Amino acid sequence: MDSVLSEDPVALKILIAGGFGVGKTTLVGSISEIKPLRTEEVLSDRGIGVDDLDGVEAKTTTTVAMDFGRITIREGLVVYLFGTPGQERFWFMWDELSYGALGAVVIADTRRLTDCFPSVDYFEQRGTPFVVAVNCFDGAEQHSVDDVRIALDLDDDVPVMLCDVRRRTSAKEVMITLVEHSLRTLTSAN
Amino acid sequence: MSDSPQWFDEEAGPLVRPYALIRGRTRSSGDAFDLVATVRAIGEPTGELGPEQQLILRAARSPISVADLAVELDLPVGVVRVLLGDMRDHGLISVTSSSAGGARTNERILKEVINGLRAL
Ligand SMILES: Nc1nc2c(ncn2[C@@H]2O[C@H](COP(=O)(O)OP(=O)(O)OP(=O)(O)O)[C@@H](O)[C@H]2O)c(=O)[nH]1
Ligand SMILES: [Mg+2]
Repeated sequence: MDSVLSEDPVALKILIAGGFGVGKTTLVGSISEIKPLRTEEVLSDRGIGVDDLDGVEAKTTTTVAMDFGRITIREGLVVYLFGTPGQERFWFMWDELSYGALGAVVIADTRRLTDCFPSVDYFEQRGTPFVVAVNCFDGAEQHSVDDVRIALDLDDDVPVMLCDVRRRTSAKEVMITLVEHSLRTLTSAN
Repeated sequence: MSDSPQWFDEEAGPLVRPYALIRGRTRSSGDAFDLVATVRAIGEPTGELGPEQQLILRAARSPISVADLAVELDLPVGVVRVLLGDMRDHGLISVTSSSAGGARTNERILKEVINGLRAL
């Protein structure tokens, strides 16, 4: 490779995961310019509701929109955020996204905490550093971070924090906590 | 999900379905391109290129990620990858990946990101 290529921009990937309607899109939009990224994928009939495609052949393509955001740290250093649907049938997207990813944010809603189990499981198994951000919806009973940690059976070193994904400062704090966690994971591995 | 597939563009008239663009192929030498890999134009456009390839060449005059290209062309990522695979095979673009493994292992960069986020 010639010397020009050695100046390649550094691109980092962060995943934003969590159950349906938990605040993924809002979080990405709070700290970056958000754009919808289309992925058109072949799905087996497995994940498709019976009512919408009755009688159609087993394979079909579907358009899935991912939240896609970009934070430019400096010229040549960019953090990309990808918010993906949390349902299991979208895991084909996660496999690719988590490859080489810096880490992941799992957003949790204490009223439906089980919704984030698949995400937590997924990142634990992949060894992807992640933090759990508890989105404090209005009217939701406030749970302590410790309650959430116990309910999710998280390792001690996994950061758990309360947040309001609508607020930029809160969203920023979540991202910083994640990158610090990734850094700790990295230095303890060396 | 609010976005519905748009096969028609009012100004340009009917557009081909994305998979017609790549003749129904869903796999190519571009499959392995990371979403955040960097694409650069290295060749000169020739008359044989389709409009999408022309757009890619123009957009990639300065380095651009695969995901940004898909957003800019308003095409599904899978389609963009197939187009990129072809274009690379024809020496029109280069694609380099920086996120695979390497970045996670770079302390200095992570510290820079933390400081950059704080300064946002
Ligand atoms: N009150 C309150 N509303 C919130 C908060 N976060 C998100 N919302 C609202 O909750 C709804 C869902 O948020 P989204 O960001 O779209 O959630 P999502 O995870 O992207 O949802 P899907 O992509 O459909 O899975 C939106 O109407 C938000 O405005 C919050 O912290 N407090
Ligand atoms: Mg969303």
